[in-house]
Amino acid sequence: MSRTTVPATASTAVPGPTHAGTRIDLTDVVKDFGLAAPAVAGVSLTIEPGEFMTLLGPSGSGKTTTLNLIAGFETLTQGSISFNGADVSTLPPHKRNLGMLFQNYALFPHLTVAENVAYPLRERRVPKAEIARKVAAVLELVQLTGRDSTYPAQLSGGQQQRVALARAIVFDPTALLLDEPLGALDRNLRGTLQAEIQRIHREVGSTFVFVTHDQEEAMNLSDRIALFNNGRIEQVGTPEALYQAPETLFAARFLGDSNVFESSSPVDGKLTWEDNVWEIDATTVSAQARPDAPAALVVRPEDIRIATDERDVPPGANAVTATVRDLAYLGSYRTAVLALGRSGVIGRVRLDALDSTVQVGQSVHAWWRVERQRLVAS
Amino acid sequence: MTLTPTRPAPPRPRRRLRAVDPIPWWLRLVTVVVALYFVLPTLFVIPMSFTSTSTFSFPPKGFSLHLYQNFFTDPVWLTSLRNSVLVAVVAALLATLVGTAAALGLHRMTGRMAALARTMLMISLVTPGIVIAVAVYIAFLKWHLVGSFAGYVLAHAALGVPFVLVSVTSALGGFDQKLLRASASLGASPLRTFVRVTMPLISRGIITGAVFAFVTSFDEVVIALFLRSPTFQTLPVQMYNSVTVEVDPTIAAAASLVVTVVTAICLVPQLVGLRKSKR
Repeated sequence: MSRTTVPATASTAVPGPTHAGTRIDLTDVVKDFGLAAPAVAGVSLTIEPGEFMTLLGPSGSGKTTTLNLIAGFETLTQGSISFNGADVSTLPPHKRNLGMLFQNYALFPHLTVAENVAYPLRERRVPKAEIARKVAAVLELVQLTGRDSTYPAQLSGGQQQRVALARAIVFDPTALLLDEPLGALDRNLRGTLQAEIQRIHREVGSTFVFVTHDQEEAMNLSDRIALFNNGRIEQVGTPEALYQAPETLFAARFLGDSNVFESSSPVDGKLTWEDNVWEIDATTVSAQARPDAPAALVVRPEDIRIATDERDVPPGANAVTATVRDLAYLGSYRTAVLALGRSGVIGRVRLDALDSTVQVGQSVHAWWRVERQRLVAS
Repeated sequence: MTLTPTRPAPPRPRRRLRAVDPIPWWLRLVTVVVALYFVLPTLFVIPMSFTSTSTFSFPPKGFSLHLYQNFFTDPVWLTSLRNSVLVAVVAALLATLVGTAAALGLHRMTGRMAALARTMLMISLVTPGIVIAVAVYIAFLKWHLVGSFAGYVLAHAALGVPFVLVSVTSALGGFDQKLLRASASLGASPLRTFVRVTMPLISRGIITGAVFAFVTSFDEVVIALFLRSPTFQTLPVQMYNSVTVEVDPTIAAAASLVVTVVTAICLVPQLVGLRKSKR
């Protein structure tokens, strides 16, 4: 499924606790809690050393359970997990040497910042002097120098999560697992911490596994994204690959906006939707779209153009008639909500901010270049 | 909430007075009467223990410590005091251990079995003491535990478990379970996690439970009466004897001591709370 693997370890030149990173292999992983459907229903995934991998999906899609399986908080029903080729499937969490960030920070409220950060080092019986040195270094890395003897309750949410981050990386873990760590923060802070996490990933160079339901966050941070749905991985790839070349209708709908034309299977390289017959470009057909199965044509809002006159539609482009339902001004651009075709399927188009030719209620022709569409299994 | 020693926070603004209805005079009166009702026996016993006569007398005549002298020189009184303290300490430790373990386990469980187990553990709170005493007596006769230190400890520990269970359970209510996972991810085994994270955070509940378990055992008299033997009896039993058999006024001194000690011990959790909030 994944076609690209990003070699993400090119940027470990920065001095610091550099770490070669660990490869994490999940093989046919199943977790069944005994409910109607298994929470994780057969997931295989290889996370490369030093890679920033995001597990993205709606709630209940199995992404958090998968992370908990990697961490060892849940036991596998089937399958195996290995770190750098060594099977860890039955290893208890405290022997897996993984750092973890939680949504609610999970700092120890009875310990100071320094004691919290020193916790994993004390568990590993690191000498006192070295603990002091490492704690100071990592607190500097997360820009919290001087807050050593503060208690967590005295810090803001963002500061608390930075302490948690320091605590999770101070012992050079095999990998860092992040369970929606920014979910409890407000928008501005989230942006700041995203940048912080990215910087620390670059500087530490270890493998990061990040769980989120926020597609923007996933796009912004990840080397690769594994898109989860119903306990399975829908698609794995770089953010670009997932956005530009979704393999399934779910992937197309979950990442970004899509105009979706659901249809029967294409015949002779052409797809019929209502009374329109559209050309299909073989290079934009998903590997999962079978010739004998129903298909859906997906076009991103920014790839659609509006023509008020049919003669303005360039030859070779696919087009559909539409009615403008609504216009929204969003600062740097505008969107038009369209009722597409006879059935009036709702679609979206991105317009130039200064475009004033389109009016609400107007009948127009929406068109796009054949290579900008994507045919997926529906 | 907590303040660092190095960086004192500005003084907390005085808590805003909430607008409440004035307390009516009759409610004040009822409060005073109820409070007196609770405190009065104590207020009789303590003055009586300082009497200079050798019989019970109220109001006390003169002032003398001779009842205390009796108490601390008579080996019968001293032995029973020592027995009571030993039994109460060991029973409280046992009850704390079992009660805390039960609270931790039941906190993770849900469903009918957990509710049933909880009820079973709490049942001694509502069972009449005499019923428990008879049952314990019959069972211990068979097991040859009557009149033994172990017998007292086992019976009293069972009475103390519900108190520990309740106080630790309520302490766990405010305990964030994610901390256990955080600790595990940082390399701490479950046992280390309990020592370094869970226990410090629920210590107040544990201490409160232990204190109640201690006090329950220290002043327990019904089971102790059944289990007593010529060689081993606790302070409450000796007090009972001193009135029913000998009419010995030393009981006034003994009672005053018990009241003072128990009150002091019950204040321990409050003091722990004070120390915590000062930090």
